[in-house]
Amino acid sequence: MTQEPVLTARGLVKRYGRVTALDNCDFDLYPGEVLAVIGDNGAGKSSLIKAISGAVQIDAGEIRLEGKPISFRSPLEARDAGIETVYQTLALSPALSIVDNMFVGREIVKDGVLGRTFRMLDHKRMEAMAREKLSELGLMTIQNINQPVETLSGGQRQGVAVARAAAFGSKVVIMDEPTAALGVKESRRVLELIKGLKERGMPIVLISHNMPHVFEVADRIHVHRLGKRLCVIDPKSHSMNDAVAFMTGAKEPGEAEAA
Amino acid sequence: MTDDSANRGGQDYESSLAESDKSVASFARTHTPIETLQHVLHGNPTLVPVIVLIAATIIFGLVAGERFFSAFNLTLIMQQVSIIGILAAAQTLIILSAGIDLSVAAIMVLMAVIAGKLSVDLGVPAPISVLVALAGGAAAGLMNGLLVTKAKLPPFITTLGTWSIFYALNLWLSGAQSIRSSDIDESAPFLKFFGNVIEIGGARITFGVILMVLVFVALWYMLNKTAWGRHVYAVGDDKEAAELAGIRTDRMLISVYALAGLVCGIAAWASIGRVGSISPQAFYEGNLQSITAVVIGGISLFGGRGSILGALFGALIVGVFQSGLRLAGVDVLWQVFAIGWLIIIAVAIDQWIRKVSV
Repeated sequence: MTQEPVLTARGLVKRYGRVTALDNCDFDLYPGEVLAVIGDNGAGKSSLIKAISGAVQIDAGEIRLEGKPISFRSPLEARDAGIETVYQTLALSPALSIVDNMFVGREIVKDGVLGRTFRMLDHKRMEAMAREKLSELGLMTIQNINQPVETLSGGQRQGVAVARAAAFGSKVVIMDEPTAALGVKESRRVLELIKGLKERGMPIVLISHNMPHVFEVADRIHVHRLGKRLCVIDPKSHSMNDAVAFMTGAKEPGEAEAA
Repeated sequence: MTDDSANRGGQDYESSLAESDKSVASFARTHTPIETLQHVLHGNPTLVPVIVLIAATIIFGLVAGERFFSAFNLTLIMQQVSIIGILAAAQTLIILSAGIDLSVAAIMVLMAVIAGKLSVDLGVPAPISVLVALAGGAAAGLMNGLLVTKAKLPPFITTLGTWSIFYALNLWLSGAQSIRSSDIDESAPFLKFFGNVIEIGGARITFGVILMVLVFVALWYMLNKTAWGRHVYAVGDDKEAAELAGIRTDRMLISVYALAGLVCGIAAWASIGRVGSISPQAFYEGNLQSITAVVIGGISLFGGRGSILGALFGALIVGVFQSGLRLAGVDVLWQVFAIGWLIIIAVAIDQWIRKVSV
């Protein structure tokens, strides 16, 4: 690849007590691609993602966003830098409405005195923006944008979380197991969402255990093993079997795959 | 490497989706009237206390007649609930954030004693004493908030502890002696500002009642029309989700406890006008009474659900029951008995509403 990566990490180390979760780990994400991150349980996928999204602080190593070194102390700082994460738990508040959830932490206040002094929220504008984002992603089957999130199905909730990330993520969107809790039909919907985001040029990091899903949407696959990047494989030239073999240590990557 | 494309893609299992049933949820759409009611209440949790309040007022009006259903008595009820009402407003903030505050009344009495001591014994101008009481209330709330967030203690235990601490301070400062009404009149009548009355016909509306309504309106606005308020609900609903969604939950909770403390400081000022004197033993049950009002008002003890206006109706329901039963000639012990059932029924209804199926 001749392009500059959007996001790179070099030599990341993260220890929890005597356990080394990240052991000199590297990571590259290129513009406009879907990069899948796969790995066995305990391989350190979550730590890698948390390090990038600001949820944990690394002990050593360097992360660069668009060439500039970054160090996030909280997910909030990562968000402000343009990295949005869709967590496996979705991080939605069930009793709040779709609009409220989409704008949590970055609400729009009214213009003028009402907004400046009385901090009054501009519900109309937030609703309009939320509606726009949801229709862009083909999610407008939701009739009432003010209904509480707890009244939505699992797939619709995932849709709201993805729409939130898509609406505000300006540089990178990270998705942690977005299809893990979903049925066949709903998974399909989320995969379409991911493709839709990619078409709009958004680089996406996808963490998943579901090989068919990974092989369907990913441009490259980052195989994580024992706290580091074992190799990066091309889904067009490798089989799911290869991926699982690398991931579990049944097979060592050859020259072609070595990252 | 050597595998063919069929192997790579795995077995196809989705092509049959095209012919699948397109209706997303195919429930039998027959809501029983009970289920419909459950849905309506789920969307409008304040409806229950409103209905109960209206029904109770009508029933006691029929039973106790003129004596209950007069402008004088109805406004008297409002006066009687005004202090617990303001405390319930503070309590609502805490409960919405999935906490509980057993120290609200203790903060209030302590601040009333401080204000009284400053002005009556030490001759400090009353407006300054009031400011000290308000700031002191906020500081006491801040202390609760810091213990809950920074020391990570459960709110119940934290405020159980601070209840005793504030109560002991209050006894120490006051020497367990009341400050007499006449002494306040003499040196600091401003402390009794909220005891002033507006009379319209038989109705007697105190400034304290107006203050209670203003407190509720202001907090309702903050909770529903500002980002801060939405965050209170989000934190109470699911703290971890709120944190991941980008809310600084600790800072949020500290502000909630501090604001609740400030409201207790406001209640302290109002209580001097309501009671007349300043007694260190007054409102000993106020902590629990404020929780009663909140619960009867349909606000979930588990946080994140309910409207603050419910707490106002909850306080009024308690007042209406007490007044109605008294005027109907029922012994005090049965008033207490009735309030007990109200609490249990209110929580049972909340549980039932939460089980709503979509």
